[in-house]
Formats: sequence, structure tokens, C-alpha cells
Amino acid sequence: MRSFSRRQFLKITAGTLAAAGLASRSRGVLWGGGGPEKPRQGTQIIPTFCDLCFWKCGALAYVRDGKLWKIEGNPRDPLSRGRLCPRGTGGVGAHTDPDRLRAPLVRVNRRGRDEWKEVSWDEALDYIALRMRRIAAEDGPEAMALFAHGLGGGFFRHAFKAFGTPNIAEPAYAQCRGPRDAGYNLTFGDEVGSPERTDIANAECLVLIGSHLGENMHNTQVQEFAEAVGRGVSLIVVDPRFSIAASKARYYLPIKPGTDVALLLAWMHVIVKEGLYDREYVTKFGHGFDQFVASLEGYTPEWAYPETGIEPGMIRETAREMAHHRPATLVHPGRHVTWYGNDAQRSRANALLNALLGSWGRRGGLYVPAGVDVPHYPSPAYPKPARPPADNPDGKYPFASEPLTTGIRDATLEGKPYPIKGWFVYATNLLYSLPDQAATIRALEKLDLVVVVDVIPSEIAGWADVVLPENVYLERYDEIGASPFREPFLTLRQPVVDAPNDQKPGWWIAHKLAEKLGVGAYFPWRDIEEYLDYRLRAAGHSLEELKRDGVVRGSPKPIYFEDGAPSEFDTPSGKIEFFSEQLQRAGLDPVPRYAPPEAGPPGAFRVLFGRAPVHSFSRTENNPILADLMDENEVWVNAAAARRLGLKSGDYVRLRNQDGVASERIRVKATERIRPDCVYLVHGFGHTSHRLRRTFGRGASDAQILSRYRTDPLMGGTGSNVNFVTLELEA
Amino acid sequence: MSLYAMVIDTRRCVGCQDCVAACKMENGVPTGYTRDWITETVQGEFPSPWMEIRSERCNHCDNPPCVACCPTGASHTHEPGNIVLVNREKCIGCKACLAACPYNARFIHPDGYADKCTFCVHRVERGLDPACVAVCPTRCMHFGDLDDPLSEVSHLLASRPAHALTQAAGTAPRIYYLS
Repeated sequence: MRSFSRRQFLKITAGTLAAAGLASRSRGVLWGGGGPEKPRQGTQIIPTFCDLCFWKCGALAYVRDGKLWKIEGNPRDPLSRGRLCPRGTGGVGAHTDPDRLRAPLVRVNRRGRDEWKEVSWDEALDYIALRMRRIAAEDGPEAMALFAHGLGGGFFRHAFKAFGTPNIAEPAYAQCRGPRDAGYNLTFGDEVGSPERTDIANAECLVLIGSHLGENMHNTQVQEFAEAVGRGVSLIVVDPRFSIAASKARYYLPIKPGTDVALLLAWMHVIVKEGLYDREYVTKFGHGFDQFVASLEGYTPEWAYPETGIEPGMIRETAREMAHHRPATLVHPGRHVTWYGNDAQRSRANALLNALLGSWGRRGGLYVPAGVDVPHYPSPAYPKPARPPADNPDGKYPFASEPLTTGIRDATLEGKPYPIKGWFVYATNLLYSLPDQAATIRALEKLDLVVVVDVIPSEIAGWADVVLPENVYLERYDEIGASPFREPFLTLRQPVVDAPNDQKPGWWIAHKLAEKLGVGAYFPWRDIEEYLDYRLRAAGHSLEELKRDGVVRGSPKPIYFEDGAPSEFDTPSGKIEFFSEQLQRAGLDPVPRYAPPEAGPPGAFRVLFGRAPVHSFSRTENNPILADLMDENEVWVNAAAARRLGLKSGDYVRLRNQDGVASERIRVKATERIRPDCVYLVHGFGHTSHRLRRTFGRGASDAQILSRYRTDPLMGGTGSNVNFVTLELEA
Repeated sequence: MSLYAMVIDTRRCVGCQDCVAACKMENGVPTGYTRDWITETVQGEFPSPWMEIRSERCNHCDNPPCVACCPTGASHTHEPGNIVLVNREKCIGCKACLAACPYNARFIHPDGYADKCTFCVHRVERGLDPACVAVCPTRCMHFGDLDDPLSEVSHLLASRPAHALTQAAGTAPRIYYLS
């Protein structure tokens, strides 16, 4: 690989920035259609829902004298329950960030040089459409890939399916929840979903395995978690780090990283051996239980002790504690679970533990979510792609249920199974969300076309040929929020303030691009309001109602088996698969087995990373409100280990990994809150884009040093907790 | 008489800083400053440390050194509720109060006056909770009148062990932490 300077590639010159600012001010405010009422005196309160993360909390935006003042939770909304998390509260900063993208940009030098000219939307979209049509003519429409994260990606997915490509992926699968989906699907024939179907509100025993609730501010879950702690839930926390949740636990198990499967197997061994499982539930719903029981034979707590570092007595006690409270014992399935490359099987072990406790479908366990069916707006059938998706040739990962971002990256690099020539990226900073950043950059260099739609000049935007500035959520309509939950409900995102410059809503960008690509027929609606109103009316509501209230609720349905929720399992046997013939046929372990993690180089620390309550992904660090709450990440180092290395809190170090790759500078947090064999940092910092002036140069990114990953053989997820670093003190 | 106080349940608090964000939005606290903040106290050694997370701010002390030391009378207690406030018109930005405060609760606003938590007096006078209390997703914060034995804060302090910060300073702080 050719060496490169990240700064050189990722910066977008300050000169361009100034020009963009001047030009857009002179152009005045442009609106994409369906804007809010003109500014008026006094305070207007406009319902919408948040976009700072994926939780979609209902919010009320306060607009005072025409200016956005503050955002609070919408009390009608079942997700926020009237209270947002700090990101939602700081959402105003997404609108006011002075570093936002302001106008469409087309690159004027080599890709990655970050030299741009401002163009009109028409020019930008013509540029893209011309090159996409050329790619389709030469290599087929499948040679275009779309990476789109979140709700706003829906309009782009629609346009790209109409264009004829099956290569549509998001890091939320192969870099995040994918293994959980696979593990739970294989076991229960269903996924955990988002928001997770976790009934923390009614759990009597809550088990968190590496899940740092309270640091991940998945709002409803954290609210329920605080209530559960307040009422004295029996909390069992398994984490190499003494997380916020661990500090509230009855049992804290400081597990050796990478050995969770051993603990899960030993727990199940105890529960089965001591006959503590829900016999009636298992008999009624289980398949292959005897084979599963036989497979647990050797996994005693004494066996697990040297693997996990958790004493046998503690393993037994916590297993009995879980069984004591069943079925109101919730073993949380987690969300970001791409850790060690055995993640789908670990998720399956997690699912099987819930199955033994009889908690799937039960009160205090994992409920059966209820949703509102929102019919689609009629549009033509998509063309059938001429070739299957390129990400997973020959079904290499047989239990992948969504396309793999990293598979598309591999296809781009290798030209196999067929060439990928263009990437269209919506709202995901691929350089920070995929492991092996160098591979992503090599892929970007090979492409004929790179388009990025974003709200801020992210690092991936710095690699684009065309950058399209989107409205932030407070300035646009979006797809209808229709997440299945405890009770069916719908929410509306609607504009509450004008865009400050020449930004456009995603729905408008996708529609205009589709027209220029000759697939405008797939967008037959007059405008976004007509589209939303049609769909809402088809669901028995109206846009007017949603604009007023922000939220409408459907009729409640039973969400527990005991109340009549359907106990159906969409597995081959129609039952909960303790033993999986599907896996066996694919040559994979039909029951979870343990393999110890690979050890790192002597003296090196395993790198673990996670979330902070005030930031999401690498997309919020420049938000001026949220930056005031946390403007830099730290590397957590065990206090004794730090003393041994002569490091103290506040020292700046670089993390150098096993492949010699060094991070940006990062401050040490020497703490009693982590094991001595690993270090931890919050994801999302270490921005190298100069245009993100508030956050540029602050902290380090895990993405820089995750040069290795282990691919999950079931579903292609990228286990990234397999990198090791040494710490180098900065002079 | 009324005596406003805050009671914060450290068991429920996750230290998410929503209180900090909400204060900034509600009160237009300028970029680079906050009127409240999160403190994490850790004792003991891994793997069994003890930790307390606290949302901290001006303690609206019964015996406020910032008021006693203020040369212009800008720092004062406001009735009802005995809320410690700063009259920004009278403040000359001399920083005596910053030095006197054992909680480091004050800063000089870019416009030149001493600034800090007001208990959201503008909300409290309309019968609302302070912004930090109203937004908290863990519902760990409670605001009310200590002189009212039936208030939620009085009830919480009577029913659970609590502590306040730096009580040895003799300032009689009125932010209590349930442990």
C-alpha cells in the first residue's frame, strides 16, 4: 500500500470554507418545500422527533421569535416519555453548528485532496447522474453501491432499488447489531429489533454483558433502567470495565475480555444441571433440548474460571439469582456486539440463556413488540437486479440477513464477484464506522464516483467527488417513524426552522436524483406532504393530526405470551432451536462452543471502545452544545498499569497497535474502573477533518487503530476488539 | 417562608449530563461555559471500587460566602426560597465571589459579570421545576421546599440517607445527594 498523509487527504481547505460561507449568505435561504410558518413573535412549540441517534424520540421544539430556542421531550411520545437524552436536548447545536456544509461541492483536484468548487444543486445532481448512468452502461447498475444509515436513508434506498442495484448496506448491520440479529433469528426465528424489545421496566433481574446502559443513552431503556435500579432490581453486570451500570450492580463480574461465551455456557450448565430452568416453557417451545444439554456437559464453573477470571462460586450464585427471578430475568441482548468474530454464536448463547429462563415473550423479559402497519405509497415494482449482491458471494456467510458494508468494500477492492465502481454514501462516516480504515481508503481511491450526503464536513465527505449538504432533522420532513414497541404508535418528523443556507432535505435530493436518473416514476407523489398524508391516511391517520401532536397511538395489543401475544417461532422447526440443524447443515456449530480469544503481544493492551451519553457515532462531536459537555475522549488505563508505565491522568499518549499504526494524541485517564489487560476509549473523537473546527485534533479515534478484525463465519460481522496497543507518551 | 433545595438520587443518576445541556439551552449559557456539571467520585481498587456520580451546581447555601464577600451587593439572596442570585447590573466582575465559593460554582460571563445557577428562578416562579430537574431522563432530581414537611424533598431526606458537599465549610449547602 502506498503511504498517505491522512491530514492531506481529509482536510477541506479553509479557503474553500470561507468562500462557501460568503456565497451561501448572498444566495439567501432556500427551502425544499413544505416549510414552517413564517417567523413570528412569541414562542411556538412544534412536535417532531429526534435524529441525534437512531432511537427516534418524540420531541417538542421551542421556536422563540422565529429562532430555535430549545428542544424538550414530547410527553405524548412513548419513547421519550417527555424527556430527551443530552444529545436530544443539545440537538439545537446540530442546527446552529457554524461548520455545517452549506452548498453542494464538486471536487476540483484528485480525490481526497479536499479542493472544491461550489455548484448549484442542478449541476451537482447532473454530475452525479451522468456518472451513475455511465457506470450502469459499462458495468451495470449493480456497480453502484449505496451506504445509507438511518431513517433518512429510506428515500435513497428507494431511488437506488429503482436504479437497479442490490448493493445497499449500512454499518448498523455488519459493524453493530448484525450478530445479534443472526443469533436471535437462529434461536427464536425473530430479531430483537430497534428499539430493543427489552422489558427492563418489569424485569426483576437484569443481566448486562458488556452493555453499558447509561453510557449508551438509548433513552427509553435508560429511563427504565434508572427506574429498575431505583426499585432495587437485581443487577448483574459483566464488563472488563467498571461501567456506570457496574457501579449500580448487585453483582459485578470483571470478565477477561473475549471470554463471554465461556461464562454464558457455564451459567447455562449450572441452570440445567441444577434443574433451575423453566421446564414447562422449554418442553412446550423448545427443539433439540437434549442435544443442547449434552453439549453443556464439560462447561462447569470450575472450567470457566481460568478462562473468564470469574470465580466458580460467583458463577453459580449469579446463575441461581437469574433462575430465581425467571421469567422476569432479562439477559440483555446488547446492541453493538461485533467484538471478537464469534459474535453471532455468543448472541445465540445469550438467546439460549433467555430461552432457558423462559423470558422470551414474557413480562420482565423480551416482550412481543406491536407496530402500526403503514402502507407504502404505490410506485412501480423495482427492476430485478441482473446480479445478486456483491457483498457475500456464494453465500459465504450463510446467515447474513442484510448486505455487508465490508463485503461491498472487498468487492470494490478485488473487483470480485464483479466490479463496484461507485459509492453513494448517506449519513454515515464510513472512515470511522468500518474497521481497517486503510482498506476503506484504498477502495475509495479505486472508485469512479464517490458521492456523500451529509450535514457536516465529515471525513468521508472529504473523499467525495460531490458533497451534497442535507438539512438537519429540525429543517426537514422525513420518513414516518413507525418503530414497533410496547404499544403501536407513529411519529412525524417535520421542519421547525428554515435551513440556514442552501441545504436540502434528503427526500428532495433522492427525488431529484431519481428524476435525473430516469427513474422519477418511482416518486409519483406531488410533494413530501402529499406522500406522508397518503401513507398516514392509509394507516387511519392524517398528516394534519401528526403535525399537531407529533405522535399518534394505535390500539394496544398483548405483548406477553401470558396475555395472548402469539408464541410463534419462525424457525425451521417452528420452535425455539436449542440445537440448530440449520447451523449443522452449514457446517457450523449447532450449539455454541467456546474457543479462547487470541492473546495479544506481551505487554500490549486490548483495545475496547464504546459510547458516551452525549455523542453519537462520529457525527456529533462538533455540535457546539455537545462539545461543551464533552470535547475530547480519554484512554482509560488501569491505575496500577498506568503507574507501572509512569503515566498519570492528563498525560497525552499515542496508541500504537500491533501493526505499527499510531492514533492521534489522546489524554490518559488512569482509573480503578478497568482491568489491567485492556484500555478503553469512547468512539467518535479524533476527527481529522479540518473543517470540523470545534473538534478537529481533539482525542483519538478507535477507527485509526482497528486495523484488524475477525469476520463472523455465520453472518460476516467484523469483530473489532481484536486489536492491541502500547502507549507512547507524547513529549 | 420557604427554603428551596434540590435532592438528587445518586443511585438513579447515570451522569449523562442532560441536566447540563438543558441548563445551557434554557438559560442561554454561552459556548464554553456551563452552570452545572457532573462529578464522579471513585474510591477503592479494581475490581471492587465504589463510585458516586453527582450532578453539581451552586448549592444556594443558607450561609453563602459569595453574598457576604460581594463588595457591591450584586450577590444576594432572593425571596421566596432563599435562592442565591447575582444582579448583573450591580456586578463589577471582581471575582471575590469566585474565590469565596467552596464549590467552584461561579464563572465570569463573557459579558463581564459573575454567573451561576439560578435554580431557574424564572421557571420556579411560574410553578415549574428547574430545567435540569424537568428534563432528567432518569428522574433522579427533585426540587422543592424544605420548609414544607410534606414536600417531596422533605420526604426524601427524611426517608433515605443523604449527604451534602463540603459541609465542613460551614456554608449550609442545599443540594443533597441520596446515596
